[in-house]
Amino acid sequence: MNEAAASVDLQALLREANVLDVLDALDRDLVGLQPVKQRIRETAAYLVVSKARAALGLTGAPPSLHMSFTGNPGTGKTTVALRMAEILHRLGYVRKGHLVSVTRDDLVGQYIGHTAPKTKEVLKRAMGGVLFIDEAYYLYRPENERDYGQEAIEILLQVMENSRDDLVVILAGYKDRMDTFFRSNPGMASRIAHHIDFPDYTADELYEIAALMLGKLDYRLDAGAEEALREYIAKRRVQPNFANARSIRNALDRARLRQANRLFASAAPVTRDALQTIAAADIRASRVFTAS
Amino acid sequence: MRITQGTFSYLPDLTDSEIRAQIDYALKQGFAISVEYTDEPHPRNCYWEMWGMPMFDLADAAGAMMEVTACRKAFPDHYIKVNAFDSTQGWESMRLSFIVNRPPVEPGFRLVRQEIEGRSVRYTVECRTAERPESGRG
Repeated sequence: MNEAAASVDLQALLREANVLDVLDALDRDLVGLQPVKQRIRETAAYLVVSKARAALGLTGAPPSLHMSFTGNPGTGKTTVALRMAEILHRLGYVRKGHLVSVTRDDLVGQYIGHTAPKTKEVLKRAMGGVLFIDEAYYLYRPENERDYGQEAIEILLQVMENSRDDLVVILAGYKDRMDTFFRSNPGMASRIAHHIDFPDYTADELYEIAALMLGKLDYRLDAGAEEALREYIAKRRVQPNFANARSIRNALDRARLRQANRLFASAAPVTRDALQTIAAADIRASRVFTAS
Repeated sequence: MRITQGTFSYLPDLTDSEIRAQIDYALKQGFAISVEYTDEPHPRNCYWEMWGMPMFDLADAAGAMMEVTACRKAFPDHYIKVNAFDSTQGWESMRLSFIVNRPPVEPGFRLVRQEIEGRSVRYTVECRTAERPESGRG
């Protein structure tokens, strides 16, 4: 085979790996997040090209796959990490494609000699898949120099470097605190090639998410409730501790609770329609409307 | 003398990729993996030293291989075995156990004769490693 004739069909590679399904599902199931979807498509393209290069014997170290996902709570970091694990698995970069989601408590021990086995156990469980460390900056506590988090970071770095074929690490958390974390841990920063930032949802996107969630649960909003939900979102967004989609899900859970109470209080037999419908009163009873 | 204990012991030693494949098989069956070592492979010595805790919830052999490698590094001249332990049924039992490391020279066993009353003799089999002083056994 002469070198000029050697060629690889990238689209075929992509189709073969069934990655397009995952990318399309990502577009379909997740509202908004345009920059994130764009970055993931780019990453997928990069991985396919790396694979093609390897197939043609072009030199180059295997791509570094460790990532950092930054963004406010409830912006879909964990969900996207799950999809990322699937994509990496289909492209053959991780063998099993499962996601192990941990926080500081799962990695750091409580006394001397407790941290290393604990961290190693988590790493062993994650091998062949993706290790997702939520709020990774809690691993590093500069105010306490004897904090065991540093030990966990060192073990993590060692495995990230030596077992690159075995696992991919995704660090997640608030943007500003992750930036501080990377600044104070240059070793960690230099091993993470892909930084993906998750923007907050707009009010319209949040409404769309709410509609999607309710649809999945076989609920629907009546005309008054739609209005009320839009108002609720506008008010809730500017309040403290707003956690994007997570806050919306909690609000809907409470609305369902109120709906159940309302139906229970009325003596009349309930229809199928009534069981499905969330009324304006179920949403307007929220503290968000009364607090102001 | 080559020790033959556990599964595959009459075959040539497994390569690392073969060990990995066996561990992957065990994990697929839902077994937990553990690593044990000893320098006294007496047939009656069924409790070898544990190398760390048994590993539950592994998805891939890489984690177990990491422990095998670490154990080999610490005890290059010992016997090391990988056990696959099944607790999925509610009762617990060893499903698979095979040797993954042996010393470069296997000293084997010797037969000890103890003369007792009359002309009777008692026989016992002793690991030759047991003759070495404690300090030489690592």
